[in-house]
Amino acid sequence: MKHRHVKQLGLIAAVLLSALASAYSGSINSYYLQVIIFVGINIVLAVSLNLINGYTGQFSLGHAGFMAIGAYVSAYLSTEQSAGVFNALGGVGTLSIAAVFLGALLLGGIAAAIAGLAVGIPSLRLKGDYLAIVTLGFGEIIRVLIQTTEAVGGARGYSGIANYTTLFWTYTIAALTVYIVLSLIDSTYGRGFLTVRDDEIAAEAIGINTTRYKVTAFTLGAFFAGIAGGLYAHTTTYINPSGFDFQLSIQIVIMVILGGMGSTWGVVLAAIVLTLLLEYLRFVAGYEWLPDLVRRIAANRTIIFSLVLIGLMLLRPQGLFGALPRMGGAAKRVREPRRRHKPDEPGPGATR
Amino acid sequence: MAGIEHPRSTINDHPSTSLNEFLQQIINGLSLGAFYALIALGYTMVYGVLRFINFAHGDIFMIGAFCGYYLTPRLMPYFSGGSAPLGVAAVLLLTMAICALLGMTIEKLAYRPLRSQPRLTVLITAIGVSLFLEYGGQFVFGADPKGFPDLVVDRAIEGTGALTITTAQLAAFLISIGLLIGLSLIVKRTKLGMAMRAVSNNATAAMLMGVNIDTVISFTFGLGSALAGAAGILYAISYPSIDPLMGILPGIKAFVAAVLGGIGNIPGAAVGGILLGIVETFVGGSQFSSYRDAIAFAVLIIILLFRPAGLFGKTQVEKV
Repeated sequence: MKHRHVKQLGLIAAVLLSALASAYSGSINSYYLQVIIFVGINIVLAVSLNLINGYTGQFSLGHAGFMAIGAYVSAYLSTEQSAGVFNALGGVGTLSIAAVFLGALLLGGIAAAIAGLAVGIPSLRLKGDYLAIVTLGFGEIIRVLIQTTEAVGGARGYSGIANYTTLFWTYTIAALTVYIVLSLIDSTYGRGFLTVRDDEIAAEAIGINTTRYKVTAFTLGAFFAGIAGGLYAHTTTYINPSGFDFQLSIQIVIMVILGGMGSTWGVVLAAIVLTLLLEYLRFVAGYEWLPDLVRRIAANRTIIFSLVLIGLMLLRPQGLFGALPRMGGAAKRVREPRRRHKPDEPGPGATR
Repeated sequence: MAGIEHPRSTINDHPSTSLNEFLQQIINGLSLGAFYALIALGYTMVYGVLRFINFAHGDIFMIGAFCGYYLTPRLMPYFSGGSAPLGVAAVLLLTMAICALLGMTIEKLAYRPLRSQPRLTVLITAIGVSLFLEYGGQFVFGADPKGFPDLVVDRAIEGTGALTITTAQLAAFLISIGLLIGLSLIVKRTKLGMAMRAVSNNATAAMLMGVNIDTVISFTFGLGSALAGAAGILYAISYPSIDPLMGILPGIKAFVAAVLGGIGNIPGAAVGGILLGIVETFVGGSQFSSYRDAIAFAVLIIILLFRPAGLFGKTQVEKV
């Protein structure tokens, strides 16, 4: 009980803090403000992907696709369909903007959730690397579909989106996402996600509806990704389908892996550190006094990511903050003495 | 998805030329499919022995194209006039050797230490290796697209009537067929090939019978990477603009081809590649051409939903 109150107090504190910060956002350099908002958006993305990849153990590579759906749906609604709402609420004011923005975000999230439901269905029969490729495929299909939809600008991208995203909304939503995911995993119902990850067959044997848990994880994860997409669209004011390719999905996956799959706070930290690091390397590339080689590597930031990823898997596969106490099965597997070769495993495409 | 069942072209509606049009698309599809087949073989062989998808395979294909880019101007001057085909063979063989070495090195450094780990760990490592090759490639070769040198002069072959067959298409197709025959001889007739099939069938039993698993896996990676390298050169001859990210999409599509044919099944991968190439070419020539890149994924999802073992794969039952 006490534990739960701590979380609720934390949520309220986070919302108040973001409101306070937002009040002073006018005095922050607009570039820094943008970076801080991106940090918040990446927290939402990484924490929601962690629900699918970390807690439920379903490896999804399609998060950028869900984000794209949320971004496009909410941008379309707030740009093309908002006039009626503004009229009904008596003109453009702080309140009516908030109503339009939140409504657009919510509908964008719901649209993404529906797509998540559609992706969740194949996940019922696929595992591991197959699922990864199928989700990647779904993400790419979504991108191609948006590219051919002229109503939202097609391949040219969609511009003229209102700049509604504020520090307050970003961090309130980020705090809500963290709160909801943490509460969900700590609940009796939420333990089911962990059992699906740790041992699906055993979970089924004790009466867990693994199918429902997987679909729930995908739907909920996609919902938050859609909201993050809405926040993104309303801060950059221009979105392009090619910005939501699977390189972006991989970037979110890297945040989850680095933070430790199944550790929400680790993932939050990884999202903050990686986003800031990416931005900082931009400056490093410009420092004249550094050796040329260092500057060129800094300019080509993804190399560093890939090396970190490989090194991490070789040395510490559970991620920097992998939640060992809770990862009973996975942690034990990590510590198990090394076998020469795994005996004949069934293929992931095998039907149950 | 975007109608695979509409193989008609909007370019030319004239009835008497529609047959030619159809044959032309088949030819284009075959040459595209040959690349997919060559790459898909690497996926399928590695999957056969290790039960894991080597995400970095498409990037070996890219490295192959760049090997050709750097080797051609250095080797071709030694082979002038009539001995030009020998020069092509030299470039091709050297590229295959480099790619085989690269594939074996990656296996040894990145995948072998993880062999007893959960498969997801290996998959993430493979994504890391893939990113490393792509962006390391941008670092070393530069990010801008480069024009591939004229290894084989790409021109239309005369005397084929209304059909256009280019020398590049013909070379790609013939070399692919040659490599496929070579591969099937290696897998079926040599001792290592037999060991490969044994490991793929049952790794533990093969080990107990004295098969050196490490050697077999290393050999499989080498073989698959050599084919991907060759595919890289052949692709670059037909589409002479190469860049470090060029391997991503063909890599994923070739993976789809491998799944289509039944992953782990070597002839299946070849057939799957050709089929995918033909389907993609027809969609590219129809009114749905803007969906061309999504077709492979749609095929993948349909196959995995309705026949996860692929066209020629056998269904396996999961054991506890």
